[in-house]
Amino acid sequence: MSETLIGALFVFVLASFAGFEVITKVPPTLHTPLMSGANAISGIAVIGAMVVAGPKDNNFIVIMGLVAITLAMINVVGGFMVTDRMLQMFKK
Amino acid sequence: METFLPSTIQLSYIVATGLFFLGLKKLGSPATARQGNTWASIGMLIAVVATLLDTGVVNYPMILGAIALGSVIGFIAAKKVEMTQMPQMVGLLNGLGGAASALVAIAEFYRLLLEGSVPIPATVTAILGSLIGGITFTGSFVAFAKLQGLIGGKPMSLPGQKLINIFLLGLFLAGSVALLISPSSNIFLVITGISLILGLFLVLPIGGGDMPVVISLLNSLSGLAASAAGFVVMNNILIVAGALVGASGIILTVIMCKGMNRTLTNVLFSAFGGGATGSGGVAADGTEKSYRQVDAETGAMMLGYARSVVVVPGYGMAVAQAQHSVRELADQLATRGVEVKYAIHPVAGRMPGHMNVLLAEANVPYSQLYDMDDINGEFDRTDVALVIGANDVVNPDAKEDSNSPIYGMPILEVDKAKNTIVIKRSMKPGYAGIDNQLFYRDKTAMYFGNAKEAVADLVSEVKQL
Repeated sequence: MSETLIGALFVFVLASFAGFEVITKVPPTLHTPLMSGANAISGIAVIGAMVVAGPKDNNFIVIMGLVAITLAMINVVGGFMVTDRMLQMFKK
Repeated sequence: METFLPSTIQLSYIVATGLFFLGLKKLGSPATARQGNTWASIGMLIAVVATLLDTGVVNYPMILGAIALGSVIGFIAAKKVEMTQMPQMVGLLNGLGGAASALVAIAEFYRLLLEGSVPIPATVTAILGSLIGGITFTGSFVAFAKLQGLIGGKPMSLPGQKLINIFLLGLFLAGSVALLISPSSNIFLVITGISLILGLFLVLPIGGGDMPVVISLLNSLSGLAASAAGFVVMNNILIVAGALVGASGIILTVIMCKGMNRTLTNVLFSAFGGGATGSGGVAADGTEKSYRQVDAETGAMMLGYARSVVVVPGYGMAVAQAQHSVRELADQLATRGVEVKYAIHPVAGRMPGHMNVLLAEANVPYSQLYDMDDINGEFDRTDVALVIGANDVVNPDAKEDSNSPIYGMPILEVDKAKNTIVIKRSMKPGYAGIDNQLFYRDKTAMYFGNAKEAVADLVSEVKQL
């Protein structure tokens, strides 16, 4: 196994632990916004998609990358905006 | 310059990741939640802009076009969606994220294949990426279809579903091994296809009432899919952000499972809520059990002359979109000096926090919403518990009848209130397909009707008191 993979696994495990610690006690009021906000963050795949679709060499790969960018951006923009819409409604 | 640009990109990724962490942390508290969401979205913006600077990215017009297209669709969807449709919306977005991650994994595998050699770690991670992403994609679409009412909410499965699943999994593993020995695009397509089918077969047998768990789990999977895609393209920001979402989704999944006192395995594989059709209303000795029925006038008198009322909303309120009428009723009661509180069960509705979102839309202040643990101690001091379209979450059998399928599930103890009014369309059993003893108690009054109309009638009657 290559060292980069081990390094990446290291990052993954640490990030997971950090994630569990950061998001511990969430009041039920915020369950939906937390989910849709986190969901928007999972649209981070757009970065990978841009890297994949970046070079112009192969049509098949570029098309897959472009489709991935579009889907991920719907996820990102839709997710953040809908979360904001919900949070706007929460009043004391 | 050669090292400057890549370092700048990486540094921007670190900033973006920090913003994701802070944003999610702030999303955990009502006072800072909106700010948290904004911070996370700024993090995303930074990451996207930084990636555009990548020298490998030369396909600008197309990439910008795809970004614009996705953004516009996302914008319109977020503006147009109704609050009652939020579970579907979240389900759909989970699926799109999963699909994007799977496509990244597949495209990168294909690129490496064209270059001549695919390293083993890349093959393994690409397989995982397409598996998790594929399952998230089709699983989310089934969840969407169930929530949108395109297909029935009942569990659906083929005869011999378990054998079929085992066979598919075996096929998937065999294909994976074959890929590790000799990478091939055809085999990769086959295992991607299997992942997609597995997603369908995973969610189809799960009933509508278990959707809070399913949506949370798919949320987690969409994060893990992004992580897996990050492993394939060896990009830390994907790995970290994905892990973060994976963790938050798991946390919600666990909370939802606890809310039903069931394990995740039980939710996923027991096809709950499909078995019994439940005739309802027949006692053990075969005699018809009797229940008390009230009309709007009597109901309004009970509510209007009470000192304290606790409203217990359920999926029925969401379906009928009765949240605004409920708020109006609470306002009317408040002007008469009645103390009104809302009791929210963790799995009421179809996604985590579903009732909270709907009531917030109707301008109910969140300080009036009480969690199960906070309100249960108050029911014996409550004059009237008003149950609106909720059923299993108030079924006393969960505490009293050890033979009940929902035995052990934490419930809102409305049976302790001095009086209970249950608004319901009919005596039909709820999601779990079991009869509810609450309805036959002396202190319980049944008020039949569509939640919205029934509550609206109560409002006009209360006004006339």
